[in-house]
Amino acid sequence: MRSVYLDRIAATPLLAEVREAMAPFLGEAFGNPQSLHSAGRRAQEAVEEAREDVAALVGAKPAEIYFTASGTESNNFALKGLALGQQARGRHVVVSAIEHSSVLNSVKALEKQGFTSTLVPVDGSGRVDPAAVAEALTPETTLVSVMTANSEVGTIEPIAAIAAVCKPRGVLVHTDAVAAAGSVPLGVEALGVDALSLAGDQFYGPKGGAALYVRRGVRVLPLIDGGIQEGGRRGGTENVPAIVGLGRAARLAARDMELRRAALVPLRDRLLDELPRRIGHVLVTGSRTDRLPHQASFCVEFVEGEAMLLSLDMQGVAASSGSACTSKALKASHVLLAMGLDHATAQGSLVFSLIDAATRDDVDRLLEVFPPIVDRLRRMSPLWTEHLKKGGT
Amino acid sequence: MYSDKVMDHFANPRNVGVLADADGVGQVGNPVCGDMMTFYIKVKDDRLADVKFQTFGCGAAIAVSSMVSEMAKGKTLAEAKAITNDSVAEELGGLPKNKMHCSNLGADALHEAIKNFEDKRAGRAADAKAAGGHHEHEGEACACPYCETALEEADKAFCRACHVEFEECPACGGITKKGDAKCIHCGAPLARPA
Repeated sequence: MRSVYLDRIAATPLLAEVREAMAPFLGEAFGNPQSLHSAGRRAQEAVEEAREDVAALVGAKPAEIYFTASGTESNNFALKGLALGQQARGRHVVVSAIEHSSVLNSVKALEKQGFTSTLVPVDGSGRVDPAAVAEALTPETTLVSVMTANSEVGTIEPIAAIAAVCKPRGVLVHTDAVAAAGSVPLGVEALGVDALSLAGDQFYGPKGGAALYVRRGVRVLPLIDGGIQEGGRRGGTENVPAIVGLGRAARLAARDMELRRAALVPLRDRLLDELPRRIGHVLVTGSRTDRLPHQASFCVEFVEGEAMLLSLDMQGVAASSGSACTSKALKASHVLLAMGLDHATAQGSLVFSLIDAATRDDVDRLLEVFPPIVDRLRRMSPLWTEHLKKGGT
Repeated sequence: MYSDKVMDHFANPRNVGVLADADGVGQVGNPVCGDMMTFYIKVKDDRLADVKFQTFGCGAAIAVSSMVSEMAKGKTLAEAKAITNDSVAEELGGLPKNKMHCSNLGADALHEAIKNFEDKRAGRAADAKAAGGHHEHEGEACACPYCETALEEADKAFCRACHVEFEECPACGGITKKGDAKCIHCGAPLARPA
């Protein structure tokens, strides 16, 4: 059966060039970057080269990049490290309602230490209003964290405008750019952010290779205490192969970003246009204008996401969903609820995200197999029966 | 994640559908908790002559409904009542821990349908919605019994769509046409203005 991979937000394949760059460090080049001898120096040089590549991707200086093991770790590091680093000035943080759980749960952890927080709402397209952020600031606020883009609904947030309202108040701004980095141009100066999280597994790097940018001069406390690695901000022997892979993936992303975007946007737009045309009662979630180039998300009414995912998988199509049933916690997506969708609609969440290898044939295959799946599930749905009884079509 | 048996019942669910002339209807769950199931039963000589269901929910919820319908069909009411959540999960070759609540729903919906049948037979509250008690998803809290248009809290006594005036039945609490001799749900005589 033809297999179609439309779940980039879960994982991207490793590019061959990335794998090649990593290979020596999984083999003969096994040295510890902290060692003085030549084996160590080779590893150290590779790590520093990767740091330059990652810095270049976001317009930062190499010394401002700290390697971590995941986007989640970067977000924990930023939220906890920055909030604790500034706590002499205040103990209030502001985050948006649609942040990743690694941000929201870091805030919860801070609250257990006596911090307070404000959740800024979003509009129906998932956009954070910079004015609402400004309103949430108090004299106690030291940190604002808003994601660059949300992978579940694709919306790109107005980070530069948000940073602009924070800077005059002396409030630090972190942005979780895990969903956006490598896919959309990001410059820390243009954005005006003080910290930025990214992860290579979102742009064809290996899992385990991620980073946090922290502006020089900003106080950040380590999350992992240990040795002098990463300037003493992140202890533990460097994961050299993953860091090298992240660096190479960052270099390729910077080089090919426009090409990739130009190929993905028409496919994304075909999905966004065609799916609601071919299936009734399908809503596009997220912004149509400020949107990740690879992401098309929907809510299919009267059916549940996991049932759609299983059915798609039986047809060889991989996608993801924010429905309660697909989450291990059985909770509806906080993102969709924050956007004002009701529980029943949020249950029909479906996210298709494109890798560079995706083709028009892949999209057409989905458009072919998906309508009968929805039709089958609707015919067994009591919500659909009720809808028809009320005269719906 | 799911056993082969779960996947089989998900891909080829047995007994999906609606029984228009059901003797009992049971509905449990709502979209807030993730799943919603409606069971329809036809009873003959104290046996479940036919069972049909509709489910809004995940793969496990659909497989559980299908398995419950298969287990219940042909059973006596007493036997069907003895179907437990655990026995459904067991028949399916096990369910992931966080999906066990789906099997609760399946057996519950069947039991609600049986209760609805028994209540009707005993002449008690007859409407599935009144009997189910779980049917509380948005917009459905109170609907016109004729056209199912949702009734606004303020306008509870009048359906704009069919221009019918209502009153609450003192026996079953259902909404019924004002001035009728009997409640359309449970048949209880309605108080007539003197």
